[in-house]
Amino acid sequence: MSDATFRPATEETPLARRLLIALAVLGLGLLVLAPLVVVFVEALRQGVGEALASLTHRDAWAAIRLTLTIAAISVPLNAIFGVAAAWFITKFDFRGKAVLITLIDLPFSVSPVVAGLCIVLTFGANTAIGGWLVGQGYPIVFAMPGIILATMFVTFPFVARELIPVMIEQGRTEEEAALTLGAGGWRVFWTVTLPNIRWALLYGVLLCNARAMGEFGAVAVVSGKIRGQTATIPTTIEMLYQEYLSVAAFTLAAVLALLALVTLLLKTLLELRHADQLAATHRH
Amino acid sequence: MKAPLIHRSPMPGLGLSMGITLTMLSLVVLIPIGALLLKGASYGPAGIWETVNRPRVWAALFLSFRLSLIAALVNLVFGVLLAWVLVRYRFPGRRLLDAAVDLPFALPTAVAGISLTALYAPTGAFGSLADQIGWKIAYTQWGILIALIFVGLPFVARTVQPVIEEIEREVEEASATLGASRLYTLRHVILPMLMPAALTGFALALARAVGEYGSVIFIAGNIPLVTEIAPLLIIIQLEEFNYDAAAAIGIAMLLISFALLLAINLIQVWSRRRIGHV
Amino acid sequence: MHPILTNARTIPAQGPHLTTAALRRLTARPIHRLRGLAAGLALATLGLGSVPGPALAQSLLNVSYDPTRELYREINAAFTAFWTAQGNPAPSLEVSHGGSGSQARAVIDGLSAQVVTLALASDIDRIAAAGRLPADWQSKLPHNSSPYTSTIVFLVREGNPKGIADWGDLVAEGVQVITPNPKTSGGARWNYLAAWAWAEKNGRDPREFVGALYRNVPVLDQGARGSTTTFAQRGIGDVLLAWENEAHLALKEIGEDRFDIVVPSVSILAEPPVALVEANIQTDDQRKLAEAYLAFLYSPEGQAIAFRNFYRAWDSSQAAPEDVARFPALELIDIASLGGWAKVQPEHFGDGGIFDQIYVQP
Repeated sequence: MSDATFRPATEETPLARRLLIALAVLGLGLLVLAPLVVVFVEALRQGVGEALASLTHRDAWAAIRLTLTIAAISVPLNAIFGVAAAWFITKFDFRGKAVLITLIDLPFSVSPVVAGLCIVLTFGANTAIGGWLVGQGYPIVFAMPGIILATMFVTFPFVARELIPVMIEQGRTEEEAALTLGAGGWRVFWTVTLPNIRWALLYGVLLCNARAMGEFGAVAVVSGKIRGQTATIPTTIEMLYQEYLSVAAFTLAAVLALLALVTLLLKTLLELRHADQLAATHRH
Repeated sequence: MKAPLIHRSPMPGLGLSMGITLTMLSLVVLIPIGALLLKGASYGPAGIWETVNRPRVWAALFLSFRLSLIAALVNLVFGVLLAWVLVRYRFPGRRLLDAAVDLPFALPTAVAGISLTALYAPTGAFGSLADQIGWKIAYTQWGILIALIFVGLPFVARTVQPVIEEIEREVEEASATLGASRLYTLRHVILPMLMPAALTGFALALARAVGEYGSVIFIAGNIPLVTEIAPLLIIIQLEEFNYDAAAAIGIAMLLISFALLLAINLIQVWSRRRIGHV
Repeated sequence: MHPILTNARTIPAQGPHLTTAALRRLTARPIHRLRGLAAGLALATLGLGSVPGPALAQSLLNVSYDPTRELYREINAAFTAFWTAQGNPAPSLEVSHGGSGSQARAVIDGLSAQVVTLALASDIDRIAAAGRLPADWQSKLPHNSSPYTSTIVFLVREGNPKGIADWGDLVAEGVQVITPNPKTSGGARWNYLAAWAWAEKNGRDPREFVGALYRNVPVLDQGARGSTTTFAQRGIGDVLLAWENEAHLALKEIGEDRFDIVVPSVSILAEPPVALVEANIQTDDQRKLAEAYLAFLYSPEGQAIAFRNFYRAWDSSQAAPEDVARFPALELIDIASLGGWAKVQPEHFGDGGIFDQIYVQP
């Protein structure tokens, strides 16, 4: 038997291999890449100039600013929560850890519309808290605070989920060593823990940010869809789509798609270079 | 000795980290969900049942669940295939494909929604082809199904990939030396090892699909009893300011989510017992 | 077993998967570079997010009904030009669109609109009842506070395959009618009342007729634009009961060759009124802006824009002749002959009203 026809017993026939690869590529191409391509094709349907002009349109620009503001507020807050929760869960022993982790994971399994509904039922004008706040001139629902809360709800677990497995694996010994050497609490955190978890933190913040900027269902429920005030990019996309402004809608969509691609790129880079410090590559 | 609530520890930051964790968890997650349950409680189980027990609501819940189930099954098969191809084979563009698997995860749902609609509507690239054989995709249940498959795609692939990476070649070689054909080895040796992870991914994809709104709302026809999804029902009730009815349907969906979450945890417990890790 | 000793045995000091190279990487780079980057990003986004504009810029929120999106886009641009030409700082005009009933409810619940431009008087009456504006609001502006009117027509597929000519054809077997939800949409209520009025005029039992009509409706959208999307873009239904302006807009945007407009024998005079929401006016400057905005709707320029957007405005002095000549004369029944909104709204559309009784929930 010549080398050319040798096939290890643990491999499939070349035909089977090619077939499977073709199926995978075809399936992925049709299902995932085609929609991505369509976004850009539709955005550029009337040319690059028209697409860029639609971005400078008042509604679009206001939506971009609003989305950036919301991300700038909710992502750091969720990052702080993620770090605090990961520290609490991994550095201490207490009863009910599993319950706490499940509660933190809760937003993952709740529909975004239900999330928005919860915010409306908590802070809407017909509730005790909400009614009082509206009277004071600080409405939550139909205003930015409501959107921020809804976004935070939906992206809540991202950072914590990335940090907890990594910090568990890294253990407490380094921090304990620093403590025995006389470092104070904050010094231990900044100089020992944070460098260890920074890539996992960045990874989590990346995912959190992508989701925060793209959240649609929860925001659709709590915002008043006021252009310029409470219309984020995704809800503006919906509005423009309904107003026969398909180029503008798809251009905004292309902006978000580019954000998604950048997120994927950074994600892949992080996984390639720092796989040892990321939860994703350890998760089974 | 009964375990204390919190072990004493020289680690700093207990107060601060516990404070931040519990406060934010309560404010952002627990209180809103509590408000939903409270609203349901004040509406009363009888009221909730009366709202949910209408053909339109059952139809929407069943539609969401049934189509999510089918989509998750498709993703189960395709996800395992994808994971296998990505881990075991080397071919040009493999890195690109690997990154592309995560796209549904990173792409905002509204973007996915309008692009899938543009693609599968009778005027779209795929839709027009389908139209020629009389097959309407967009604005029917087929459209919803495709959107749900899109949304759940990464889950199975990503949970199965690490498991495939860790399969020891010795097991496959042993199977081959004992005379098994490659197909037999794949079916009876490798597949069972992947099953727990695949099932976890399946349940995750299912949970995601059941509550999905943004990707589906553009491509669904929104016809009650036919193509109306459950989250839309909640929004309709909210637009009519029927908070009670909205809360009732929301609680129904929450129960479904919890059941799925429980199923995921049980699968992981079962598989840990069987295989040792998941 | 002491936790530290256990850990030390199973996991080396810096974690399980690190080589010496990775070790060097871990401890070699200080964290403060990331901090600088983070601070920079935060400043940048704060800078982007901060509200620009001069300190005297006034803002105005116009809460409107569903199909007026294109109209107010044009009006807002023209009004901004008009207002700044008078030497005022550029105003910040914002609009929100949705079903008229839902929008009214939102304003009552705290949506801070300075101006409402809704689909029917009853919705503004509800806002007045909640104390946000005076009860006699409708007499404050000309033409019952309606700067333009419209009516209800039918939009059908090209060639009118189902041969729909009048209201009576809508209850025929196999005809699918698209109309929005009267509980949320203003246009939906005008549709309903137009059908009711036709039935009364033609000797049919209106309750039975409207009930039969709604049995032919497969889906109720939240607003007029939602119904247009369902009919025109999703291809559902044979006929759309639409605002006249919405029907013309659909023809213009989607294509004259895709749809036809059928004008029924009788329709309703739909008066979408506007009002100043007194409770949400914060400063005198804002009041001046809001009053000028509403006055602009009646000005020849504003009226010309309304004509151009297919609304039946009043003052055609600056309007293009083809815009004015477009509207066919048809017999229009007004709300007063049906008893006025004060009677009609609770009787037909209130909880447990006639619509609730005749509409069979799917």
